[in-house]
Amino acid sequence: MARRARWIAVLRTPVGAGAGVLLLAVLLLALFAPLLWSDQASAIDTEHLLEGTSSQHWLGTDSLGRDIFYRVLVASRTSIMLALLATALGVLAGLVLGTAPVLLGRRAGRLTTALVNIAVAFPGLLLALFFAVIFGVGAKGAVLAIGLAGAPAFARLTQTLVAGIAERDFVAAARIAGVGRFRILLRHILPNIAEPLVVNATIGAGGVLLAFAGLSFLGLGVQPPAYDWGRLMGESLNGIYVHPAAALAPGVAVVIAGLAFNLFGEAVAKGLGVPALVGPRLRTRTPETVPAAPVDDEAVLVVKDLRVSFPGPITPVRGVSFTIHKGEIVGVVGESGSGKSLTALAVAQLIEPPGQVEAAELSFLGAPLLGRLADRGSAATRRRLLGTSFAMVFQDPMTSFNPTKRIGVQLAEGAREHQGLSRRQAMARAVDRLRAVRVPAAGRRARQYPHEFSGGMRQRAMIGMGLMGAPALIVADEPTTALDVTVQRQVLRLLETIRETDDVAVLLISHDITVVAQVCDRVLVMYAGRIVEDLPASDLATGARHPYTRALLAAVPDLDTPLDEPLAVIPGRPVDPSAFPTGCAYRVRCEFVVESCSAKDPELVGADHRVACWNPQGRTVLGIESIRTGQR
Amino acid sequence: MTTATAVGSRPEINPWVRFAVRRLSRLVVSVLALLSAAFLMIHLIPGDPVRSALGPAAPKSLVDAQRESLGLNDPLWEQYLHFLQHLFTGNLGTSITTGLPVSDVIRDRLPATVQLAVAAFLVAVLIALPVGLAMGVLTRAGRRPRAELGFTSTSVVLAAIPEFLLAVGLVYVFAVKLQWFPVAGRGNVASYVLPVLSLAIGPAAVLARICRVELLAVLQTDYLRTARAKRLPATAVYLRHALPNAVTATITLGGLLLGGMVAGTVLVENVFGWPGLGSTIVSSILAKDYPLVQGVVLVYGVGVLLVNLAVDVALALLDPRSTIRES
Repeated sequence: MARRARWIAVLRTPVGAGAGVLLLAVLLLALFAPLLWSDQASAIDTEHLLEGTSSQHWLGTDSLGRDIFYRVLVASRTSIMLALLATALGVLAGLVLGTAPVLLGRRAGRLTTALVNIAVAFPGLLLALFFAVIFGVGAKGAVLAIGLAGAPAFARLTQTLVAGIAERDFVAAARIAGVGRFRILLRHILPNIAEPLVVNATIGAGGVLLAFAGLSFLGLGVQPPAYDWGRLMGESLNGIYVHPAAALAPGVAVVIAGLAFNLFGEAVAKGLGVPALVGPRLRTRTPETVPAAPVDDEAVLVVKDLRVSFPGPITPVRGVSFTIHKGEIVGVVGESGSGKSLTALAVAQLIEPPGQVEAAELSFLGAPLLGRLADRGSAATRRRLLGTSFAMVFQDPMTSFNPTKRIGVQLAEGAREHQGLSRRQAMARAVDRLRAVRVPAAGRRARQYPHEFSGGMRQRAMIGMGLMGAPALIVADEPTTALDVTVQRQVLRLLETIRETDDVAVLLISHDITVVAQVCDRVLVMYAGRIVEDLPASDLATGARHPYTRALLAAVPDLDTPLDEPLAVIPGRPVDPSAFPTGCAYRVRCEFVVESCSAKDPELVGADHRVACWNPQGRTVLGIESIRTGQR
Repeated sequence: MTTATAVGSRPEINPWVRFAVRRLSRLVVSVLALLSAAFLMIHLIPGDPVRSALGPAAPKSLVDAQRESLGLNDPLWEQYLHFLQHLFTGNLGTSITTGLPVSDVIRDRLPATVQLAVAAFLVAVLIALPVGLAMGVLTRAGRRPRAELGFTSTSVVLAAIPEFLLAVGLVYVFAVKLQWFPVAGRGNVASYVLPVLSLAIGPAAVLARICRVELLAVLQTDYLRTARAKRLPATAVYLRHALPNAVTATITLGGLLLGGMVAGTVLVENVFGWPGLGSTIVSSILAKDYPLVQGVVLVYGVGVLLVNLAVDVALALLDPRSTIRES
């Protein structure tokens, strides 16, 4: 059912529909052309030999006075039938070779895999010529040659597909249940790889059609008196001076037919795979007015009414306001999809189009970050300010370094750009910074590539990269999520040390409320793109007031959590950012709903401890004492 | 007991040495497979290859003599050994139709083919990389959707036209109609233009498309975000971080195209009457001149293997991970 729906969806796209119609037309032509026009195509008109276009012969005649137009039409059957035969042969042979590892067991399987790997390295045409020598010149030989020449590629594809399926649980289960190899292949594996195979065979048929035309063109394929498009082209090549249409018309036919198979296959492949995400053009909207904020000397980062939106329109961050002071560690917690990482990226000016960032105010060390700048000079000034004083640490240290550059070079790069250091000075600074984040043998390590570093080491190096300048703020977006627990502690402690020694502020994004409780001074709890509670970390254990914060805390297991009861969870699912409900977004999962919850989204109110809730809860939450007392 | 050193430290092999050993052993295996295939080719032909080469009218004595001189009456393994032995001395046998040594024919014709392939490769790369990268930058994140559509559809159509068809079309437009370039043959520089273009345009279209897609993929990576977080100027982000990685991935996928270009010379040479190995292989297949076919197939096969080797080495130099990744 779902499969059929997806196929219909493919045919509804413009490319899919166009290619489908074209393919159908080509197939119908191949089916009916010989029945309708065989006679016209073979009628010899000795009055008109090798003539050009006329009302009698649209595309002129060949050396025997036969009509080229009808010959091209009639040749469609031979061309397409032979191409389909060769494709079928190729797929079949590929299937046999590709499933050999499953059927024959390890040793024989490895041998066929090795052979396929060697054969795949040779271009198809070369293989086709090789087989053409063995099977001889002619249509039959060419089908065998082109089919077998395509087999290695299909074998490789089959191997890949089979390998993907063979590791799935249901295949393993069947194997353990003692189902035979052949039966596993037939019942469990083939049905699951059929669709991609058919799609690729369709794409492949286009290529086979062209290859066949090539072989016939060379005189190695279809032999006279039979003819296909390639043969027609080859025969009329010598007459291209007097009679170009005869050589070009079959060529055009080959390309159209080839494209029909190709495009249809591609459209289906695209339709059955992941839907393509084509975003509309980027628009940078600048806020109308940037109100002059009262200057707060200690404020490193001021964020007022920050919004991040994507075309759709989706607004995953909607109206976030907070301030970070010098040397302060502020944590942001929330489920995935709550908008916490986007907030971090938006603050860092790293949201890529088509994403769009708006805010009533977004300033770093007193300098506004949003808004178009008057001239290049101030753009460079802003870049230098961010480049030296604003550091980022990303979630996945394994992918956040450029794999083709040495670590030291990547650290030094920013310092050369913004601090005007020479190559050598910047390198020395990089080594020094690596030492500062306690990377052992920093001098040697700086010359290594990222893949030679462990995850924890890379995250240290990433922090070191932020320390190349004199940072006032480090934005760390889930810096420890990808690391194991011991390394996690080391990295957190490193951030704390840096804060203490250099008075650097840290914005720590995490989905782990215990991590945040351990190291932060203040905690922002985000839900559905808004801050729902902003409280001192010391209040977290006893003073959380928003039902969502309390639920997050209650979901943390500790040593007293009874082992025989299921872990506490927050019922329901996070809200879909494309469809926020009216009123408070949390109300559908909340157990303390009151009437006003569905009417209006509550404002974030309060001084030192801000809550956005119509029915904030009392000051005791059970069972979470251990978070702070036990681990700090 | 101080066995700690002996037990504890296993000598660490330089990854480059390991890469060279692995890659060369793969080359040796592939060459052996190629040699065996070329040798077996003649024996897999149904019937008597000599009889079919000389035709049914040839006297039996001539056929027998020819069989004897080709060593076809010896046991198979002996023939294989002789075949390998001769190969090492550069002896590829004698053409049945012309009586000339196959090695002479190859020496005579190889340069024309190599020139054609190398020129086409350079042209393809010089067109594809700048065009693909520029399109990638211009159409990133869904910008300029119309330019993207135009580029994609043009490159799809160009890539779908096989080289021999493109050759015929180019001949018609530029040699017959406009008469800018000669129709066929190999002579001055002008005679190279059409063959090289017919061979280069298709791969260039594919390569440009791959290049654009790769650049777009690189632009999405975490490390590019890191580069932006360093607040480098846009040109530095593109040239220093995006470009090398996009090119690396392009070479990986484009390597296959290169091998295909070597084979593409066969068709293009036949359109232009180019005096290279491509014309030779087709005429010798039609003439059933098997020793000559065997020799040319070997040369083409070795050419493809060398191209693949060159691609792998280039990759290893550009992306140090690839030497590690395989192990």
